Amino acid sequence: MSEPWIVGSVNVKGRTVSVVSTRLSRKDAWGGVKVRWNIGRDRYAVLPGLYAAGAPTEDSPVLVSANYKLSFDTLRKSLQGIDAWILVLDTKGINVWCAAGKGTFGTRELEQRIMKVKLEEVVSHRTLILPQLGAPGVSAPEVKDATGWTVKYGPVRAEDIPAYLEADQRKNEAMREVRFRLPDRMAVAPMELMQAWPVLLAILAASVLSGLPFSAGYGARFFSFLIPLVGGVLIAVFGFPALLPYLPFKAFALKGAVLGLAWGVASAAATGASAASGAGLVLLICPITAFIAMNFTGSSTFTSQPGAALEVRRGIIPMSASLVLGIGLSIVTRVFTL
Amino acid sequence: MKLSYLKNGETLFLDQGKCNGCMECIEVCPHAVYEMSGGKSRIADRGACMECGACARNCAPGAIRVKAGVGCAAAIIGGMLRGTSPTCGCGSAPAGTSSGCC
Repeated sequence: MSEPWIVGSVNVKGRTVSVVSTRLSRKDAWGGVKVRWNIGRDRYAVLPGLYAAGAPTEDSPVLVSANYKLSFDTLRKSLQGIDAWILVLDTKGINVWCAAGKGTFGTRELEQRIMKVKLEEVVSHRTLILPQLGAPGVSAPEVKDATGWTVKYGPVRAEDIPAYLEADQRKNEAMREVRFRLPDRMAVAPMELMQAWPVLLAILAASVLSGLPFSAGYGARFFSFLIPLVGGVLIAVFGFPALLPYLPFKAFALKGAVLGLAWGVASAAATGASAASGAGLVLLICPITAFIAMNFTGSSTFTSQPGAALEVRRGIIPMSASLVLGIGLSIVTRVFTL
Repeated sequence: MKLSYLKNGETLFLDQGKCNGCMECIEVCPHAVYEMSGGKSRIADRGACMECGACARNCAPGAIRVKAGVGCAAAIIGGMLRGTSPTCGCGSAPAGTSSGCC
């Protein structure tokens, strides 16, 4: 196996362990951009096993990671000038937090991976440092009982690892807390756009129909339908995460509906739509923005399952009703040119 | 700004009688739900709890219970369509129902 990010090897007890680069190449960075846009995300994985950063010895810390390449790259990038071992679990190419939720970044996989790489032959201590977000999947007490290894949960973000190691492997409050600031929210936004292609396709088809008949003014009719609706999708995909903390209500769907209402009214006014066709647009846009916003619960860092289930249960009927009414009203206003 | 959500932390239960004060819950909680009080942990900010289950899984004396799950609408819809419990369906969910989470 010769991955371009492997820059050498170290020998420990007759075994060869690959040394990884702690700098990301242009290809690594581009790969990270692509997966944020859902391109090749399902197969963005590295081989599980043991790796080295720098020139680790038997006293060096062991850092555990997932085999999603974006997770692995984030870790090795943060290890510049640090000598450490990296134990990569087989999480089926899924990031640490999601894999922990599924249990693939889990107690059993960790126990088996320790045995598979014969970690006890590599280091003299018996401590593993896991990313804190691996904790939903791993039981430190069980690992201790089964293997004798002590699991310590390091910082949430790999960028804090140098400071954590410097501070005798102690975390401060900031290192423990998951953040969902503007850059964090925008980083996961393109994913929602790539997921929204069926909606965009439906909008395109509806716009083609709404322009009928093929006569003078077809283009104007087509675009006066297409632009408000596609705009609604874009507002939901990019505007919603940007404005998330400032939108009223707790339910993401309601926040999304508020955004849809504002955009719908504004775009109807801007295109000079009649009251009836404007209302049709708003009724169409609101459920689209509400649905895309509701889906963003999966990309967020603070939503519980009972809350998301409540949104889905309460949201389905109003969203469907609004969509049906919007389609009906749009057809009526177009046919009778109201 | 601390973000909050519907029904957060409702299934979280801490039996202080069993708590041994090891502070592991504080160590693993990504939303600072717990704080120490008189040598024992207490739930200080239930509304911030997203029910990920990290604390319960790592509580050695078993003092914490929580119904852990994914707070993901797409997973819930996927579960409804498949007639299963909601699971993060990375790659396995029906088209258009998988989310950006994983």
